[in-house]
Amino acid sequence: MANIMIRRGDKGEYVFYLPKRDLEDTIVSMEFDTPEKWGGEIKLNNGGAYLIEPQPAPERLPYSVRAKRLDAAE
Amino acid sequence: MSNLTREETEALIAEVLEVYPEKAKKDRAKHLAVNDQSVEQSKKCITSNRKSLPGVMTIRGCAYAGSKGVVWGPIKDMIHISHGPVGCGQYSRAGRRNYYVGTTGVNTFGTMNFTSDFQEKDIVFGGDKKLGKLIEEIEGLFPLNKGISVQSECPIGLIGDDIEAVSKKAAAAFNKPVVPVRCEGFRGVSQSLGHHIANDAIRDWVFEREGKDAQAFEPSPYDVTIIGDYNIGGDAWSSRILLEEMGLRVIAQWSGDGTLAEMENTPKAKLNLLHCYRSMNYISRHMEEKYGIPWIEYNFFGPTKINESLRKIAAFFDDSIKAKCEEVIAKYQSMVDAVVAKYKPRLTGKRVMLYVGGLRPRHVIGSYEDLGMEVVGTGYEFGHGDDYDRTIKEMGNSTLLYDDVTGFEFEEFVKKVKPDLVGSGIKEKYIFQKMGIPFRQMHSWDYSGPYHGYDGFAIFARDMDMTLNNPCWHKLTPPWMKPAEEAEPVAKAA
Repeated sequence: MANIMIRRGDKGEYVFYLPKRDLEDTIVSMEFDTPEKWGGEIKLNNGGAYLIEPQPAPERLPYSVRAKRLDAAE
Repeated sequence: MSNLTREETEALIAEVLEVYPEKAKKDRAKHLAVNDQSVEQSKKCITSNRKSLPGVMTIRGCAYAGSKGVVWGPIKDMIHISHGPVGCGQYSRAGRRNYYVGTTGVNTFGTMNFTSDFQEKDIVFGGDKKLGKLIEEIEGLFPLNKGISVQSECPIGLIGDDIEAVSKKAAAAFNKPVVPVRCEGFRGVSQSLGHHIANDAIRDWVFEREGKDAQAFEPSPYDVTIIGDYNIGGDAWSSRILLEEMGLRVIAQWSGDGTLAEMENTPKAKLNLLHCYRSMNYISRHMEEKYGIPWIEYNFFGPTKINESLRKIAAFFDDSIKAKCEEVIAKYQSMVDAVVAKYKPRLTGKRVMLYVGGLRPRHVIGSYEDLGMEVVGTGYEFGHGDDYDRTIKEMGNSTLLYDDVTGFEFEEFVKKVKPDLVGSGIKEKYIFQKMGIPFRQMHSWDYSGPYHGYDGFAIFARDMDMTLNNPCWHKLTPPWMKPAEEAEPVAKAA
């Protein structure tokens, strides 16, 4: 499990940030993206994948959340 | 010498790596790369933020340098105690030229060195009592200080002193912030972790402090802060006037010429302007999440980048700011044109190699390009992957990238690439000057500056010209070593 921060990029896309590794990347897909259910499996531009426990969407971004690494890019 | 092709650069890296033992060669190879603008992610071509190899001459600093030297040190109205043996604080004292306004020793303390001067008995019996006494003495001698930070040196972590307890006690006794910073030098691989620790200390001990909102603050819709500008030679001042001319109100400078009150006010800003991404992105991200303050990176080196950055900043505000932004750009245009007209002919086509830290390896590229110069190699002392991501786009194809370059590699690269100018730190300066290569010390602007802003660009151009076209570079061969026909007129004149 890792603490990650999700924020909006310049073009309105989600940007993933993993402070421990200084990894900043755009999120290409998020499994659930509705106000009621948000999160699930997220895929990064670099090929990595993380799992956020599905939850109601945060009221405001950026948002820090615990995520589980499914598949790291390296 | 003309520019190297991709193959030649690759061959150069291979040649330089040849001297290393097998294992070291494999490790160092990952830190050297040929730039390719098509690469999206730097980690595919370069590894960074890894432990330096034992035995090589690295140019890095330590976590204490990152926290005391960079982030905390310039906060002028606080006293920063170098807690531990005397050397760390004394040998780094005032070396970074963070300018500030104030009366040193009365209400500002930037160039002073405060240390607990650890002796053998402090290591054996612990130094907490000494720290408590030191803080008491400081309160007696310098009552106008606004707060104290305790910057740990290596032994504090090794002997397990509880500086937090001492700090909390002192803070309660004197009703002032006393910030313990766990920035022991051995933490992390370079000064970069020190920046992070310092940022976290500000988050936990300054933003969270009770009673910090006691001062009156009237918000305005144009409140911005300058984050990650350390006022080296006055950099933050030459940045600040541009923002103020645009109609913005700069409510805090982090941390060059900054104060504790400014830091405490920062969460009330409308926009955080981040210059040095490496050392202060942590706190900017925190403020974005906690206080909802957006942050943007900007670059005040060279007119092209300044214009770009000013417009980017203005885009966050209403039309009056946008209009004023254009006025500012127009106002300085004639001055910039004069600088370029004067120096570009003298500097154009010259090639530069850089090796610095923080933001400069990518930020100053624009400045050189505005003068018609070209950066053919760049590298970070302590950059991370995200720094290199941002650098790849700024650098030309098949230029050299080197991470945590060793003394040997840097010398060899310079010998082979033969740049007209090298920009790096004081440890490299005299090596290259003795090799006959013009050199600028780019950590503290070679005792010059400021280099930020339009005014800074004029100084930057002058300094580069002064260094590159200095007549001394033709005098490196003594008369008796010169070929006979060249030496003759000298003999006649004598």
